[in-house]
Amino acid sequence: MRHRLKNIAQGSLTPVAGNGLLDRRTFLRSGAAVAATLGGYGAAGNAAAEVFAHDAWSLMPGAITRPYEQPSRFEEKVVRTLTNPKGETRVQNARTPLHLLNGTITPAGQHFVVAQSGAPDIDPAKHRIAIHGLVKQPLVFTLDALARYPMVTRTTFIECGGNSAPLFSPTPMQANLQALHGLVSCAEWTGVLLSTLLEETGIDPRAKWLIAEGADAPTLTRSVPLKKALDDTMIALYQNGERLMPANGYPARLLLPGWEGNMSIKWLRRLKLTDAPGMTFPETKTYTQLLPNGKAYQFYFVQEVKSFITQPSPDLKMSGPGLYEISGLAFSGDGRITRVMVSADGGKSWAQAALQEPVLDKSFTRFRLPWRWNGGPAILQSRAWDDKGNVQPTRAEFVAQRGELKAPLSLAAFPNQHFNAITSWGIDANGEIKHVYA
Amino acid sequence: MFTPKSIAIVALLVCTGAAQADGPRLGKAVSAEELTLWDSSVMPDGSGLPTGSGTAAQGAQIYAQKCTACHGEKGVGGSASALITRGPITSINGGEKTIGNFWPYASTLFDYIRRAMPWQQPKSLSNDEVYALTAYLLALNKVVDEGAVLNATAMKQIKMPNRDGFILRFPDRI
Repeated sequence: MRHRLKNIAQGSLTPVAGNGLLDRRTFLRSGAAVAATLGGYGAAGNAAAEVFAHDAWSLMPGAITRPYEQPSRFEEKVVRTLTNPKGETRVQNARTPLHLLNGTITPAGQHFVVAQSGAPDIDPAKHRIAIHGLVKQPLVFTLDALARYPMVTRTTFIECGGNSAPLFSPTPMQANLQALHGLVSCAEWTGVLLSTLLEETGIDPRAKWLIAEGADAPTLTRSVPLKKALDDTMIALYQNGERLMPANGYPARLLLPGWEGNMSIKWLRRLKLTDAPGMTFPETKTYTQLLPNGKAYQFYFVQEVKSFITQPSPDLKMSGPGLYEISGLAFSGDGRITRVMVSADGGKSWAQAALQEPVLDKSFTRFRLPWRWNGGPAILQSRAWDDKGNVQPTRAEFVAQRGELKAPLSLAAFPNQHFNAITSWGIDANGEIKHVYA
Repeated sequence: MFTPKSIAIVALLVCTGAAQADGPRLGKAVSAEELTLWDSSVMPDGSGLPTGSGTAAQGAQIYAQKCTACHGEKGVGGSASALITRGPITSINGGEKTIGNFWPYASTLFDYIRRAMPWQQPKSLSNDEVYALTAYLLALNKVVDEGAVLNATAMKQIKMPNRDGFILRFPDRI
């Protein structure tokens, strides 16, 4: 045992890739021993001894516990950013502060939102979900009825098709992770599989699609292939153990794991089985992606394999040379993440990151890699692979196929869709972190 | 011959059948009549279009009252999306996707106006008003003549300019 520890400690002193990237197993296996060898995190030093006084909060009773807990007042800045906080008449976007969170589950109140016309104030006692069209018996379900059906729980991410759209810009837009990639979140969802309900309605053999409709002001509709509906599509009722947040679809939403967020219709009230897609407004205009030749991809469906580094990232200043843990998120709408590679020299060399177990299908996967920053310039990147053989493209590969805009995009808008290439963070000698293209 | 795997599959099928028979069965039968107001879906082949009709001239009056605040006079210059095409889209930098240069089906226009517009009072327009607004916007985009009368039959004849401008990204998923 001692022998092995020593070997790992020695190995950890040797970077496994350029610019100070260390072996991903360095801390997992040997922990404190290696940290001691390397001098540990930060600059604790040997300052003069201090006698710790009792802090004020240790000298009085604490606050009364509230019925529904809120984060500490010191965390008040860890919130979503809003595109129209005054209720301006346009689509509302709330972006998740991914650079200030950790782990893989997004708290319900921090889950991203794109709402075409606000969240409806739905009385669950009056809400109904109708399934009709090419079925043998059209049926309507109340929430009380759904509560008696067999439920399933699964963790999955939801990503807006327009997430990361600023990266279509010709120059790297200077914004933080929240602004660039904040339209993706991951939660544990509980509800009834749609296939369970379709067993009761029966399916006409001519049915190939269903049109899902929300109960919000525009009664937004999207067409979903029946194949997906019978695979892993769920009517979600709970988010991280509690009822859905209003803006995430209370009291019931469709959930299509791994697919474009807009298709997971919120405030679900109607499912109509059809032999053709409805060619609805969102699926013929907004969520179509223009290509370099002026044609457009339609029915993109899948949120393809993507990753980005959450820490360090812009707005999080480095605090001096030394040891850091690079941490980030990887996910694929096609399956499980199998590998994440990290570079600290702009893609010249790569080291494999550790993946936090459990690694779940179509879910956020947290990756980590120890890094000794020498205080000089560095460009951090991450690249992910999934179990279907998909690999996250470099930005150059992506742009060669999908094109690039001539002018920067507004950060609030996402006329361009499905950007999943590598993101680069440039770190300068002052420890400032910027979005760069590399 | 039964292999262990095939026995397992048979057992699974039997179980599934039993579960179906014993399922909660708490859905209530619902008729097409009961869903008349909810089921406003208009399909690209024109099915779902209601009776009624409207002209571009009628649509211009409704537009001036109910649409200009967000979409601007004659479909441009408002805070909401432009509705009038400025020319074909020929690249990723092709400018704004509008009805005339992008939307592949006229049915979408009718369907979306009827369910979602005007923004502050969705579903408040009559079917005649929706036909009239559809006619007005299609005329502004030079898809139909200014004097056109739109109804279910006329709608089915319209072929949008960008009808063939789309590529299925993942045809195998359909």
